[in-house]
Amino acid sequence: MGSEAITAISASARAEVLRRIRLAKGGTSDANAARTGWSNVVRQYRRETAQAASATLEMFEDRLRDYDAHVERVVPAEVAGAVAKMIAGRGKRRMVIPSGLPAEWLPPGLEFVVDDGMSAVELDAFDGVMTGSTVAIAETGTVVLQNAAGQGRRAITLVPDYHLCVVNAADVVETVPEAMERLRATSGLATTFFSGPSATADIEMTRIKGVHGPRHLDVVLMT
Amino acid sequence: MSGVALDPKTAAAFPIAARTALGDTQMRKNVRHATEVIQAKRARVVAEMPDWQQLREAGKQIRQHTMEHLDYYLQEFEANCTRAGGVVHWARDAEEARRIVVELVKASGSDEVIKIKSMTTEEIQLNAALERAGVHAYETDLAELIIQLGEDQPSHIVVPALHKNRQQIREIFKRRMNLPELGETPQDLADAARMFLREKFLRVKTGVSGANFLIAETGGVCIVESEGNGRMCLTLPETLITIAGIDKVVPRFEDLEVLLQLLPRSATGERMNPYNSIWTGVREGDGPQTFHVVLMDNARTEILADKDGRNTLNCIRCGACLNVCPVYRQTGGQAYGSVYAGPIGAILTPQLQEMHHAESLPFASSLCGACYEVCPVKINIPEVLIHLRGKVVQQKTAGVSGLFDVEAVAMKAMGMIFKSERRFRAAQRLGRMSETPLVRKDGQGVGWISWLPGMLGGWTQVRDLQEMPKETFRDWWEKRGKHGK
Amino acid sequence: MRWGNILSIEFNALADAAGGLALRVSLFITCYNDTLFPETGKSVVKVLERLGHTVEFPAGQTCCGQMHYNTGYQAEAMPLVQRFVDQFRDAEAVVVPSSSCVTMMKDHYPKMAEEIGDAKLMADVDALLPRVFEFSEFLTRRLGLEDVGAYYPHRVTYHASCHGLRNLGLGDGPQRLLRAVRGIELVDLEGLEQCCGFGGTFAVKNADVSSAMLAEKTTAVLNTGAEVCTACDNSCLMHIQGGLHRQRAGVKTVHLAEILAGEETVRR
Repeated sequence: MGSEAITAISASARAEVLRRIRLAKGGTSDANAARTGWSNVVRQYRRETAQAASATLEMFEDRLRDYDAHVERVVPAEVAGAVAKMIAGRGKRRMVIPSGLPAEWLPPGLEFVVDDGMSAVELDAFDGVMTGSTVAIAETGTVVLQNAAGQGRRAITLVPDYHLCVVNAADVVETVPEAMERLRATSGLATTFFSGPSATADIEMTRIKGVHGPRHLDVVLMT
Repeated sequence: MSGVALDPKTAAAFPIAARTALGDTQMRKNVRHATEVIQAKRARVVAEMPDWQQLREAGKQIRQHTMEHLDYYLQEFEANCTRAGGVVHWARDAEEARRIVVELVKASGSDEVIKIKSMTTEEIQLNAALERAGVHAYETDLAELIIQLGEDQPSHIVVPALHKNRQQIREIFKRRMNLPELGETPQDLADAARMFLREKFLRVKTGVSGANFLIAETGGVCIVESEGNGRMCLTLPETLITIAGIDKVVPRFEDLEVLLQLLPRSATGERMNPYNSIWTGVREGDGPQTFHVVLMDNARTEILADKDGRNTLNCIRCGACLNVCPVYRQTGGQAYGSVYAGPIGAILTPQLQEMHHAESLPFASSLCGACYEVCPVKINIPEVLIHLRGKVVQQKTAGVSGLFDVEAVAMKAMGMIFKSERRFRAAQRLGRMSETPLVRKDGQGVGWISWLPGMLGGWTQVRDLQEMPKETFRDWWEKRGKHGK
Repeated sequence: MRWGNILSIEFNALADAAGGLALRVSLFITCYNDTLFPETGKSVVKVLERLGHTVEFPAGQTCCGQMHYNTGYQAEAMPLVQRFVDQFRDAEAVVVPSSSCVTMMKDHYPKMAEEIGDAKLMADVDALLPRVFEFSEFLTRRLGLEDVGAYYPHRVTYHASCHGLRNLGLGDGPQRLLRAVRGIELVDLEGLEQCCGFGGTFAVKNADVSSAMLAEKTTAVLNTGAEVCTACDNSCLMHIQGGLHRQRAGVKTVHLAEILAGEETVRR
């Protein structure tokens, strides 16, 4: 069987599956019907925050610490200092960074290498990765990365064992719906939500931090 | 535990498989422990949400709406995914899906694949098909790895190895990873898995995944996971093949705001699981440069055609109903003879078999309703169970053989009795007479039955039955009327 | 003055206070209570009459159809909807000492009537169901009572039957009634909300699993050290009692109505 054969299977299966669906629900749907039906979905859950920005930031920090992440809140001028402290605290030296990461965030005396499409094996040789972020969700302790300047492609925040992430306080929202609203315009970009370091509870439901993704996470919260 | 795939076509009926499972005290202990821990975690993170019920209602409506417009949304997904550089394939059934995936893997030039945990690939027994075609599949989810190396079968849709404890897992890893000195803390075991898989992540050029959600509006795919193995499989390979049931589509990106709240809290009791990935087609310089999606029916349209069963398709595979189910708690998952266990398995499996197999599963429930209470998209599982029981009985009683089915004959006779109070009273008297030979008096002069014949004997395995009182309520009521209060 | 008289005055007052003029209550005893647990029916009558209400018993009643319906014999259950409506159409309130039978009616009768395709029956069912109450629900919700003047000097534990708990949403209503009973020592049951494993024909069709579930329940009951285990549903109690008796455990099972019917014997 070759690729023509699977194309043939797929084409006939497509027609058949769509026919079965229409038969099953008694009719063909179109964009108008779908739009009307969708707008009738009752959404009475929280879609905006009910608390002050300061409370949201505190909640975010609290949830991150729940995941054993280190968090430091600093003003923009102090970012480089906080970064230096955190990287030193973790005993790391050689960091990969995406292009477009603000130069003023990078402290002197450490090695920051800009990703130029390195292989996974090359990435594996770094001590860690440092990025910015798109949005963060306080209620769930989540940071969202997209393939954009200062955040880079997905592999760089995956292969190295340590992730240091700078989050702008203005990008922190309380709830998931607020975050999705902000992500909508760029929803086509490769997007990764991370909530704490990688983890598993597959063995006796005991939560173990760090399996395949970065095992350690630090966050600099820039206010 | 067996290396034979869970296949509803050949599996033993639930009561028989359950009897074997009940004899495995270690497994039962492991299952009780695990389900109690997840239930408690879920309860805690659900309780902190002031709008949980509103989210459930929205989740239900989104899923229902999707099914009503499934043809439109699948085509919209196909168009948008294709535009973004993905290739969309369609499969009528498991056989077609397997052929397509095997062919795509071969075309990728690889004889190995790394896999993200996917119930859909378990459903179609993809790994065995790949092996037959000379392709080795590495499971990368920790639990799936335990199952694969232990030549075992999954027993839960979210935590497939929850029936194994740390000592059992250590034995498997020691043997299969050749690590005689391996420790037995969960940390030791997770570290061993990290070491074992790391090299595969960095080397293998083809990945295979399922999908949690297909986003029609954008053509994007969303995968929810914990360990990062998912990100490895869908980011590092050159080719990614995603296989998804046609029920996995959601209308818009915005709808994830509901489902990404409901799923993690229900599934693992976390506010959010460690990683959610959303990707759309192919993006130069980031992730696989060849991306295929296989949309599979495999009897889902059959379920859609049944208005009383179609809510089953709303399932988002969180596993909350398994964790809370008192039947699952006793038997674990493998007794269900299907990769879909527990209450959702009891309704999904027979329908996926178009009611030709797994007919005992709709009866594998006491209808206690705990599953419905926790379902994040409000699938009324007990109602669907009852509906499917009706279908099974209809099949059984159709034709001549139904005339000789003991249960059916008894049920129909009792149906006649309840149609008239005169017949009912006669039956009450008859019941009292016919039980007499079985009644033995205890020390207090109360009569008890300790043995019943035929299928009623299930009751007296571990239970006694008190004899019928000499006077029914209505006899008493009539006498009382005659003699005044 | 005799204790009983004082009590009955108190009760009438209570009933009046609850906005309750005396009601004409129609009892739907259910087929298995009628046959196997007549004491439960007698107790319901006693409690309701003590509270000043009149009890009627429509003689043509038989069964709600639950066993047939839940086992897959829906066709056999269909005629029982019409029968129930015919028997109770004019009732001011229908009281049923079985949470699972009330669940059967409330959750399934409307759909069954629709399936039968009889518009009149559908309307009748809709009109009647709001007047149908599980026994404890009638006391706490319809009459607004907690203290029904009962006396029951025993150590008791309460099992929340699944249908009462989840389908009818009885909440802690039954426990509030029990707490108000004089002389009672109410002890909490661990895993209160966990199914006992009865499930109608489930106990026979999946006897092994049902037995394993029952074993957990009877262990929990024995751990309370209670003399009596109660519930709003004799089907669960028959199951629990069957297991306890086989173990010769000496713990009795008693329907909630029988506890609430308890009275202090007159002192000399």
